[in-house]
Formats: sequence, C-alpha cells, structure tokens
Amino acid sequence: MMISRRSLIGSAALAATLPRAAARAAAPGIKLGVLTDMSGTYSAETGKGSLTCTQQAVSEFMAAHPGFAVEVISADHQNKPDVGATLARQWFDRDGVDVIVDVPTSSVALAVNTVVKEKNKVFLVSGAATPDLTGKQCSPNTLHWTYDTYMLGRSTGEAMVKSGGDTWYFITADYVFGHDLQDSTTLFIKQGGGKVLGASAYPFPATTDFSSYLVRAKASGAKVIGLANAGTDTQNCVKQAHEFDIVSGQTRLAALLMVITDVHALTLQASHGLVLTESFYWDLNDRTRAFTKRVLAKMPNGFYPNMIQAGCYSATLHYLKAAAAMGAAAAKASGAAVVERMKKMPVEDDVFGATTIRDDGRHLVPAYLFQVKTPAESKGPWDYYTLVATTSGAEAAPPVASEHCALIKS
Amino acid sequence: MVMIFGVPAPLLLGQILLGLINGAFYAMLSLGLAVIFGMLNIINFAHGALFMTGAFVAWMLLHYAGIGFYPALVLVPLIVGALGVLLERTIIAPLYKIDPIYGLLLTFGVALVIEGLFRNGYGSAGLPYEIPASLSGGAQLGFMFLPTYRGFVVLAAAIVCFATWVTIEKTRLGATLRAATENALLVRAFGVNVPRMITFTFAGGVALAGFAGVLAAPIYTVNPDMGENFIIVVFAVVVIGGMGSILGSIVTGFALGVIQGLTSVFYPEGANMVIFLVMAFVLLVLPRGLFGKVA
Repeated sequence: MMISRRSLIGSAALAATLPRAAARAAAPGIKLGVLTDMSGTYSAETGKGSLTCTQQAVSEFMAAHPGFAVEVISADHQNKPDVGATLARQWFDRDGVDVIVDVPTSSVALAVNTVVKEKNKVFLVSGAATPDLTGKQCSPNTLHWTYDTYMLGRSTGEAMVKSGGDTWYFITADYVFGHDLQDSTTLFIKQGGGKVLGASAYPFPATTDFSSYLVRAKASGAKVIGLANAGTDTQNCVKQAHEFDIVSGQTRLAALLMVITDVHALTLQASHGLVLTESFYWDLNDRTRAFTKRVLAKMPNGFYPNMIQAGCYSATLHYLKAAAAMGAAAAKASGAAVVERMKKMPVEDDVFGATTIRDDGRHLVPAYLFQVKTPAESKGPWDYYTLVATTSGAEAAPPVASEHCALIKS
Repeated sequence: MVMIFGVPAPLLLGQILLGLINGAFYAMLSLGLAVIFGMLNIINFAHGALFMTGAFVAWMLLHYAGIGFYPALVLVPLIVGALGVLLERTIIAPLYKIDPIYGLLLTFGVALVIEGLFRNGYGSAGLPYEIPASLSGGAQLGFMFLPTYRGFVVLAAAIVCFATWVTIEKTRLGATLRAATENALLVRAFGVNVPRMITFTFAGGVALAGFAGVLAAPIYTVNPDMGENFIIVVFAVVVIGGMGSILGSIVTGFALGVIQGLTSVFYPEGANMVIFLVMAFVLLVLPRGLFGKVA
C-alpha cells in the first residue's frame, strides 16, 4: 500500500485536531442573544452596532479563554413588546439562549424582563431607558447597564435650568419611555425652581412630522423645548425646529436622549450647540479610543459606537468574566446566580473604566454632559463633542427605592 | 389676544397652515393612487415604497452625481416612472384579468421588497437632504414663521394636482384614457394602443409618488420607513374621497391635512386617529366616499 508523505502529514494534522474538537463539543457553551431594533426608529442607535459590540466582547474574551465556547445570535423585536416577549421565550425554550443583551425600547424591555425572570436567565439591558427596570420591576436576573431616564433628566435637565432655561414645554413620545423621560426631567426642573408649561404626547412610532407640536411649543412661550424622545424622532424634531425658526430668541432645544449616531445623521450644521448626555464617548480618554479603534472596522457603515452599543460590549464582557469564574455549567444553570456574582465582582473595561453594580441591578456609570461642536470646531471625523460637566455614577442613578424593589433589604 | 374655542387664534391659524402642508403630500400621493385605481383597477400598495424610492433617488442623484434639487424634480419622476413601467410590464399586467385582491397582495409584497432593499443598503437611520439654498429661510407671517420651502411644497403640489386633473378630465388624451377604462375593446377598435396607454398611466401615477418623494426629502430624513408612515393615511384619504375620484382625492387630501392639524391643537394624542374616525363616519354615511360616482 502506498501512502504518500503528504497524505500522511495531512491525516496526522487531522488527528491532532480530533481530541480538541471533541473536548469542545463536550463543554456546554454560553449562548447570548442580542434582541434589538434592527429596522425601526432606533435601529441606527442600537441594531447591528449593538450586535457588533457584543461580538467584539465575545471574540476578545474567547481569545483570552480559548477553552470557553460562546455563541451570539440576534433578532429584531420591531419595537413591539409582544414580539420581544415571544422571541425571548423561543430563545430560552427552544434555542438554549442564556443571556439577552441590549433590548432598546422600554416597553419591550419590560416585557422581556418578566420572561427572563420567569426562566431564571440573564438580562443585560443597555438600550432601554426606563428606571423601572431597577425600581418597580427590578429583578434578580436583570442588570441595567448604560443609562436611564433619571440620568438623562438629571444631567441634561439640571444643566439647562442652571443656565437660565427655567420654563419648559415637552414633546413626548407617547409610551412608557417618553413619559418616564418627561417625568424624570420634570423632577429636576422643579428642584431647580423651574416650571413645566405644557406637553404634547405624540403617537409613537408613526409620527414623522413634528411641526405642529413644535409650533405649539413655541407658542407656549417656554424657554426650553424638551424632546422626550429618541432616534429618528429626535432627528426630525431638531431638523424641523431649525426649519420653522423655533430656536430663536429665548427658545432652546433640549434633546433629552440623543447619541452620537443622531448627531452624525443630523450633521453638525443642524445640531451644533445642542447639549446632550451620554455615558460613553469614543474620544473621552485613551481607553475609549483604544476600544473604538478595535471595533470600528466591524461597525455597520463605519459608524462610531455610541453609549448603548459600547454598553453592550461592557456588559457582555463582565458577564463572560463572571460565567468563566463560576464555570459554564453553573452559569447556565442559574441566571440569578451569575447576576449575583457579577454584582460582587469589580467591573473593569475600556468603555466605562472601573465601575460597580448596585444591589438593585443598576450599573453605576458617570454621566457626561456634552455640547455638540460647530462645524468649525470639529477637527476630524466624528469629532463632535465638547465635555461640559460630569455627574458621578452614584449621583446619576436614581435613589435606591427600597419600597419599590424587593431586592433591597431595608 | 383673540381666542377661538379657548385656543389663541395665531396658534389655530398656524396649525391650519401646517395642515395644508401635510395635506399637500396626502393629496399628491392619493392622487397617484386614485389615477392608478380609477384607470387600472389596481390597488397599488407599493405607492408608499415608490414615494420613498423617489426620496432616495433624489438623495442618490445629489450624493453620487452632484445633481441638485431642481433637476431632481424632473429626473426623479422620470426614473420612478420608468421603474413603474418595468413593474407594470413584468409583474402587474398579468394580473389584470383576475380578482383585484391579487394585485393588492402583489404590490404589498413589492413594497416590502423595495423597503427591505433600501434598509439593507442604507440602514434605517435617516439620510440628510438639505433644503436648496434658494428656498431656505422663511417669512414671519405674524401668527407663525413659514419656511419658504414649505410654502413651495404647497404651491408645487397644488400645481401638479391641478395639471393632473386637467389632463384627465379636460384633454383629449384624458378622454381616450377614460374611454379605455369604460370599454377597452371598443377603444382598441379605433386603433388606440390600450395596453401601452395603461402602462403609461401606471407610470404617471407612480411618477407622482416619485415627485412627492423629492419634495419630502428635505422635510423628513430620507429613510426606508417614510413611505410606510404615509401610505395608510393616504389610503384612508382615497377611501374618503371616493375610490378612483381624481378631484375627490385632491380635495380630501388637503382637507384631511387641515383636520389633522386642528386635532393636534385640541387633542395631540388623537392626531393620527382622527383620519380613521372620519373614514369610518364617511363610510357609514356615504359608502362610496365624498366624491365617489354612483355605479
């Protein structure tokens, strides 16, 4: 029998991979599901970018822990709570998913929150903003990672009132997020001695023309028009406010949830001068720049990551560290146990630096108040923000509500 | 300050004007739909998607070829119209002889495909399209600030709507067209190429959507969902005006824009609902719509 040297080497190489492949199949893998808005109002701010950042965390982690198997899948919840809850159930019951990541749109996140708790899995929230996730609806399986409406209201709202914007009119997306954002901001307006003159709640997500709400807000005589919305809704509001000369005289706009992706879509021409709050900016320090450099080539359309997408990276990385410390089998067995472990471990990554997690599940990250640069001030691609103020992680989070959250032992 | 129903008069006047601007889009879109339905008996669910295509083509012309807004006002309807010819010849024409419901399903599918393609290619974040410099700025009317561009939109829409109405109701071409829908066989016997006429009618209808798309591009961010947001309202407009009625869709389009504007003063949450309330009411009282012809 003739055995050529080449085939001998080939089969030896094949044999060498066999035991490893077998070991890999035996180890129970962790499966992450990025449940996000892939096609709607919030898809540019979350969507594929959130998926890319989650995958980045996984690939960095797997490079450091070669024996650990992790898989990432994703789905589009279309901003519909029923679709989100059904997908979550399918993922847990049929597809063996252990962790759900991101989930923008507060109404969807609240629906998913219930399913995750029921199935004892893990919920890493980056995209949703409602503080209820660590308040009334707090859960031993859920961590709220990146921001909430309280943080936005405190950082942006307080700053506007301090600089003389003491009368407000809100244009509000008519669902849980919009109302939460309006309520949180109202709290700080009143604390600062300001007044809310009125609000228009518009139908979400079917509104594209905001001119009638803007004209009405202007007619109210309020000094600040608070945009309690996000995504393309906010973009349209800013654009149309310029068109109708709303931002003139004493009237200013406050975009209460705006991320760098929105600024990019609007262009600096239309958005310069706006103040906004994010907990992450790519050009904040060496570590944020390093993270952005690593992930940028993989980001959809070459867009720089915003706080929500970067938050998916940070949350996923911390989860994987906890799961590796416990062992994959233990991590799969109980979501609440991993979350408990995550709360005890110090959080450390390039996105948020060194941070901690509170007992109610709120990850404490500093809130940065930025002002959008003018086209002349901007020195390069995505050089959009000037840092104005910083609120510490503890101050940017809502007070621990022991009467609301059962996780807090009073 | 003068008050009307407890609302300051300037605010009310402002909303009526804004309503007219929105109404201009409703009118242009429902007009195209009415032309296609009236002449071809096809319920074109892809109309919103073609409107969105118009906005995207305008953006592409500017972005890839440096062709500005005014040439786009002519080029885009031609391009979208050509797309209409392609659609009509390849997939819609074979459905004329069967139940209109198939046309509806087909065009609905076409809409999903077109939207999916743009979403895949350009994402769903809005693409910016600047208002042309010559139309930027605006005028202080006393009760509100009217951006020049919005005024231009109302004017352009009114002209296009009027021209379409004249073409169909008052010209020889329109007369032949209407005759062809009544009795295609007889008109063919007079030597008129009816299939070609139908193709061009379809193209004309969707070209109107493309034209509206160009006008909409500077107002709304150009995004794949912009048609979807309009199309349901526009269908309601067509139903209220009377299926297939040209004049009905123009008048109803502007009128519903105003009603919607007024609703957003008194009860903003109901702004999107009011159109469907009107539709339900009209259907109960006048099942053929306001301008529908009695069969």
